This record gives sequence, structure tokens and C-alpha cells, in this order.
Amino acid sequence: MKFNREKTVERLLLTVAFSAIASLLLIALFIFKEGVPFILKVGPRDFLLSSDWSPQAGKFGIYPMIIASLWITLGAMLIGAPLGVAGAIFLNEFVPRSVMRIVKPTIELLAGIPSVVFGFIGVVVLAPLIRTHLGGPGLSVLAGAIVLGIMVLPTVISISTDAIGAVPNTYREGALALGATRWQAVHMVVLKAARSGIVASIILAMGRAVGETMAVIMVAGNALKIPHSPLDSVRTLTANIAMEMGQATGMHRQALFATGVVLFIVIMILNSIATAAVRRRIGGKGNKK
Amino acid sequence: MFDQWKQFSVAALCVAVAAVAGCGRRQAAITVAGSTAFQPFAEKLAEELMAKRPDLAITVQGGGSAVGIQSALSGAAQIGMADLVELPPEAQSLTSVVVARDGVSMVVHPSNPLSNLTTDQIRGIFNGALRNWKELGGKDAPITVVSREAGSGTRTSFEQIITGINLTRDAVVQDSNGTIRETVANDPNAVGYLTHGVVNSKVKAVTVDGKDCTTEAIMAGEYKLVRPVFFLIKGVAEGTAKEFIDYVLSAEGQEIIKKNGLIPAK
Amino acid sequence: MRIPPKYTQMIAVAVLAGATLATLAVLLFIIGYVLNKGLPVVSFQFLFSNPEDMGRAGGIFPTLVGSVLLPLLAIAIAMPLGVGTAVYLTEYTRETRATKVIRFGTDCLAGIPSIIFGLFGFIFFVVMLQFGWSLLSGGLTLAIMILPTIIRTSEEAIRAVPHSYREVSFSLGATRWETVMKVVLPNALPGIVTGVMLGIGRCISETAAVIFTAGLALRLPRSVFDSTRTMAVHFYTLAREGISNENAYGTAAVLIIAVLLTNLAAYWLMHRFIARRTK
Repeated sequence: MKFNREKTVERLLLTVAFSAIASLLLIALFIFKEGVPFILKVGPRDFLLSSDWSPQAGKFGIYPMIIASLWITLGAMLIGAPLGVAGAIFLNEFVPRSVMRIVKPTIELLAGIPSVVFGFIGVVVLAPLIRTHLGGPGLSVLAGAIVLGIMVLPTVISISTDAIGAVPNTYREGALALGATRWQAVHMVVLKAARSGIVASIILAMGRAVGETMAVIMVAGNALKIPHSPLDSVRTLTANIAMEMGQATGMHRQALFATGVVLFIVIMILNSIATAAVRRRIGGKGNKK
Repeated sequence: MFDQWKQFSVAALCVAVAAVAGCGRRQAAITVAGSTAFQPFAEKLAEELMAKRPDLAITVQGGGSAVGIQSALSGAAQIGMADLVELPPEAQSLTSVVVARDGVSMVVHPSNPLSNLTTDQIRGIFNGALRNWKELGGKDAPITVVSREAGSGTRTSFEQIITGINLTRDAVVQDSNGTIRETVANDPNAVGYLTHGVVNSKVKAVTVDGKDCTTEAIMAGEYKLVRPVFFLIKGVAEGTAKEFIDYVLSAEGQEIIKKNGLIPAK
Repeated sequence: MRIPPKYTQMIAVAVLAGATLATLAVLLFIIGYVLNKGLPVVSFQFLFSNPEDMGRAGGIFPTLVGSVLLPLLAIAIAMPLGVGTAVYLTEYTRETRATKVIRFGTDCLAGIPSIIFGLFGFIFFVVMLQFGWSLLSGGLTLAIMILPTIIRTSEEAIRAVPHSYREVSFSLGATRWETVMKVVLPNALPGIVTGVMLGIGRCISETAAVIFTAGLALRLPRSVFDSTRTMAVHFYTLAREGISNENAYGTAAVLIIAVLLTNLAAYWLMHRFIARRTK
């Protein structure tokens, strides 16, 4: 009796697992099936390196969007990474545990603020500031980078804090016993030990920044140009997909899926690097006696 | 072991297909999608009609005229809205009904001293040839060109009527009439075009070639940035869709259109 | 001239403290700004009456309902699928190459931008399967979006249950399923629920995927085929189109509070999880 039930349950779970994995596979395959033939038909060089995005005329060059996504993401990391890592170090090393226990969850809670709210504040507060003091339309690479940088801060802080917190206390005590100040212990010993975790946090945050859509649509201006200065308006890959999705058919639609493929691959690479970095820490450092 | 996998994948597939096939779309609710220029009016008209006829359900989406055409063709929407000077080839297979006419206003920030733009000036601005307001007699500030996205009926009509426009790459692009208004309202150096129906005190409409964008000027044929608003249906309109179209074309519907800033179909 | 370490430490701490305070200040400013402008608008009336004039006046009740129904539908689909998959992968299979590939796959899918899920959902559910802009399209899309996260967090939670628990259960004669149901899952539950709450939080604040699949309707949905608008989408529409800045801030305030409460619940559960495990 029991054995039959066991078998049934096992089959049921197998079906469930299979359906779940199958549906995830379906998405990946769908996107690739629509996008890859397009890339092959148009040619990767024309798709990725041409600056001419005129779907009506059959031209699908996404180079300006690639550059835009690149600039905005890099800008976001220039803001988010130093501030985030600094915050993580400060919270872990120089602040009493009780304070940390309040501040860290607060920051993590703030990670849940919807991106559209960040975007709106960017439009209402940030863009006018940029326009008045620095010039340009205000809706720009700079605005996008700042907004995204702030958005990824909680991610960087959270994961980096975990990485730094995971460094065994013996490392710190050893350094202090040798006469180092706290700061010397931190930057000479602890940070080096936590390095791969911190790098992983930055890379994961990069993945989030690349994938952000709503905030950039609101704040970056969506111009179809290759930016020459941080004050130029740009359109990212994600914004392009969102703006053209409803009306795209045929080759145009495939072009958007192809853009999706590009994003997919970029994020897959970023994720692999991050996972490899973390694994190296657990595997490599664990070999010490 | 492999047999088990095969059995259950077939079973799972059957269940999935049955579930999907069983769920068709058969209700009295219709979706109207497309032109963001007409969207606020469609919403108002739908609201009024549904207040009178609570058994009807009408949902209005935006997205732009190209979305309207595509949605009507694909069946995602029962009525597609498009505000174009002429319908493109892909819309030829759809039945079209003119429900209103709409003027395109050129707008600038209220602080902008300019009050008129000639067709040539408009062409120059949107081509990127004129880059600074002082070239037009205004202050010394770079012009922020604000445009719609490629699939917009408002943009297509605008570019068709003005002719010779190859939109400058520097143009800020937004995806609905309302957003264009907000962008121009927030930027003292901005200039954009949008449907006359959404102009309010946040932006300043300038005259084009000396002509104001008013209902009278349009009906007299003096203002040239005008295009019809089409409702597109696949095949023959029936049920809720037909009721809605009839309502929009009725005296009451046309009155609502006129009162809120658009021009009636006749 | 070498600066004595004591002073480099003071400078370093000052810089780090500055960075941390700046971060906190910015994040708190954003929440404060929205709540400051939005809370005055929020009232019982606002929450429970219908919008008038497309949101220029009136309340946000249908969007509240939408923000509840859509994540609920998504979780109803994703939780059984996700937890079941996690249970199967950890309890009923051995660690083979296949499971490693599956794990890598779910990790990747967890990082895919939400707009791509929106693109897929629009083309597949709205257009191809003819579901139209509806709760169903939106719910299915969101379910697929949070499924990888649920699988991953459930798997970690289940794996964190000590082997000794299972061994004791087996030695008492329990079957694998009984062990799972009575020993493993109850112990992994806080971790699983944390993952579910985080998924819900993500659904509530998600905009890109929802606009293109669930649509913009401001009426109370009467069936899964009806379009519905969530608070996030409503805020986006009101703000971008300048329909009503006041109501936009009000919606944003409610939205932020909802997400904060969800995340708070998740965090509190996680805490219970850790507290339990270290007992």
C-alpha cells in the first residue's frame, strides 16, 4: 500500500519537475528560435555594429543601443560599486553589531522599491538638476547612470556584507595580534579574503543594471544616437525592446527577440563569472590549513 | 526508466493542450488598442457608454497607431485605433471607420517667447539643421527636440504633412502623447508635437505658418497638420464592438469628442 | 613622509562612514520624498473607491485588487511547480551532471531582464494563444519569471535541513515521501516562504512585464481573461502622462508600503529560519 503511494508521489513530482523545467526551457528556446535565425540572416556584424535602426526601412543596427547600455551600466557601477563596497566595509568592520543589525535590513528593504519610483524621481528631481547645472536635455546617460547606480546599491551592499562577514575572525585577530590597526587589518587581510565575494556582488549588480527597463525609459531620453558625452540622451537595449514591442511584426519582431538573445548571452556570461568567482573563494580559500 | 519519462511527458502535454484549447476568448468584453492620441477620448467614451450599459465591458489600451493596426490584425484587440493621414498597406485588409479628425499642435515650454513656427523652421528643427533657439529669434539655448517613436500615427502624419523630415538622432523620444506633453512641460528648451486633444496649460501651443490649431481653423481647412482617426476592425463589427462604434459615431459621442478638443468626423 | 597608520585609519573610517551615510541618505530621501507627497493623498476613500476620469480623481481600488490578484495567481502557479521541482531535485535524484545543468539554467533564468519575459509573454500568451491582455497572460508571465527564484531558494532551504533529520526519520521506518512531508518540508518552510514572499514582492513592483501582458484596464476584473492594472502600472501611467501627479504619489506611497511590508515579512521569516536552525 505504502509502496504504491510512494511510487505515485514520485511520478507526480517527476511530472511537476519536468513541467517546470520544460516551461523554462520553452522560454529560452522560444527566444532563441525567434532571434538566432534573424541574427544569422542579417549577419552579426550588421546587427551588432551598424548604427542604423530604421525598422520601416528594414535596417536593424543596434550598435547605438549597445553603447548606450554599456555606458549607463558602467556609469551605474562607477557610482554603485565604490559606495556599496565602502558601505559594506563600514557596516561590517567599524560599526557595532547592534547598529549593523538594524541598518543592513533597512537597506535590503529599500531594495524592494519599484524601479518606476526611482525613474520618476529621476525625471522630477535629477533631470532638471542636470539640465540646469550641466546642460543638455537632462534626460541623459548621466541621469540613467545615477538612478541605476542608486538602484543597485542595496544589491552590492547586501552581497558584499555577506562576503566580508564570511571572512573568519581568526584572520582579523591574527592581523591585529601582529600590531595592525583595524583599517590595516581590513584592507590588507579581510578585503583580500573577501575579494571574490565582493567581485561577485558587483557583477550581479551589473546584470541587474543591464536588465533594467522602466527607469531608463523614463530618464535616459531614448534618442537613437551614439552618445558622445554623458549629457546625451540615449536608448538602451531594454528600452528599445519595450518601445517597439507592441507594433513589431515579422523581421522587426525577430530583431527584438535577437536583442533579447544578446541580453540573454550577456547576462549568462556575467552570471557565470560571478558564480565562478564565488566558487573559487569556497574552493580555493578552503584549502588553507 | 525512459519509458516512464515518455509516458509522463505525453500525459503532461495532453493536459496542457487540453487546458489551453479549452480556454478560448469568448466574452462580451472587447479591447480597443492603438493611437495614444485618441486613447483619452476612447477611454472617456467607453466610460460613458459603460455607465449607460453596465453589461458591456470595454478596455482601452495605448501603444501607438502601429500597435492599433497590429492588434486588430492579430486579434489581440477587437478595435484598433490609428490616427494616420492614410492607412498603410498592412491595414488594407481591415474595415476602417473614421470616427474623428485630429489636429497636431506644435508645443513649446510656456516660458518660450516664440509664438509661431513656419513649416520650414519646423523641418529645420526636426532635421537637426536648426540647433539653437537664437537661430529662431529666441534665447541662446540648445533646442531639445522631442518626438514620438517610429510606430506613432501622430509622428507618421506629422512627418508626412511637413515632408522632408529625417528625424535627428539627437531627438528625445517618448512613447505617448501625454509623455511628450510632460517632457516639454519640464524642459524650457523643448519643442514637440502632439495631438491637439491633450494640450493643456502646462505647454504652449504655437501657431503654424500663422494658423492656430483650433477646431474652426481645421474645419475651415486652414490648419494643415490634420489627420483622421480610424477605428479598424477585422471583418464585420459585431456585438460590443459594434455598439461602441455606433456610440462613438452617434451625436452624443461626437459631441463628447468635440467638447474635449477633437474634431467630429463630419 | 609616511602618515602614521593611526591617521590613515581615521581618514579611511571617515571616508567609509561618509559613503555609508550618503547611501542611507539617498535611499531614505527617495522613500521620504514619495511618502511625504503621497501619504496625504492616501485615505480609506482613496484605497477603496474607483478611479474617475481615468485616474484624475477618485481612488485606486481596482489597481489594489490587480496588485493582489496578479501576484496571487503567479504564486499559485509558481509555488507548487517550484517547490515540487526543488523537492524532486534534492530528495529524489542524485547529484548528477543533469542536476548541475538544471541548477545553472535556473540561475541564468533568474537573472534575465523582466522586459524579455514581457516580450515572451506578449508574443506567446497575448497574441499567439489569444489570451489577450489579461490576468491570465500576466499571471502566467509573472509565474515563469519568479519560478527560477522559487526553485533556487526552495532548493537551498531544503538542502539546509540537516541530513541527520532525514536519517532519523528513515531509521524509524518512514518512507521517503513521509520524510519529506513530515520532516524536511516543515523545517525548510521558513526558507521556502521567504523565497515566496520575495517573489511576491517582485511581482508587486514589476512593471515592464505586466504592462505588456496584463494591460491597462481600470475596471475590476471579472474573470481571468479580463485585463487589469496593477498599482505599479497605474503609478507609471499617471506619472508619465501627467494625468495626476497627486494621485501618482499617492499610488506610489501605497505601493512602497506594500513592498516594504512584504519584504519585512520575508526578512522576519528568514530570521525565524536562522533562529530555528541554530537552536
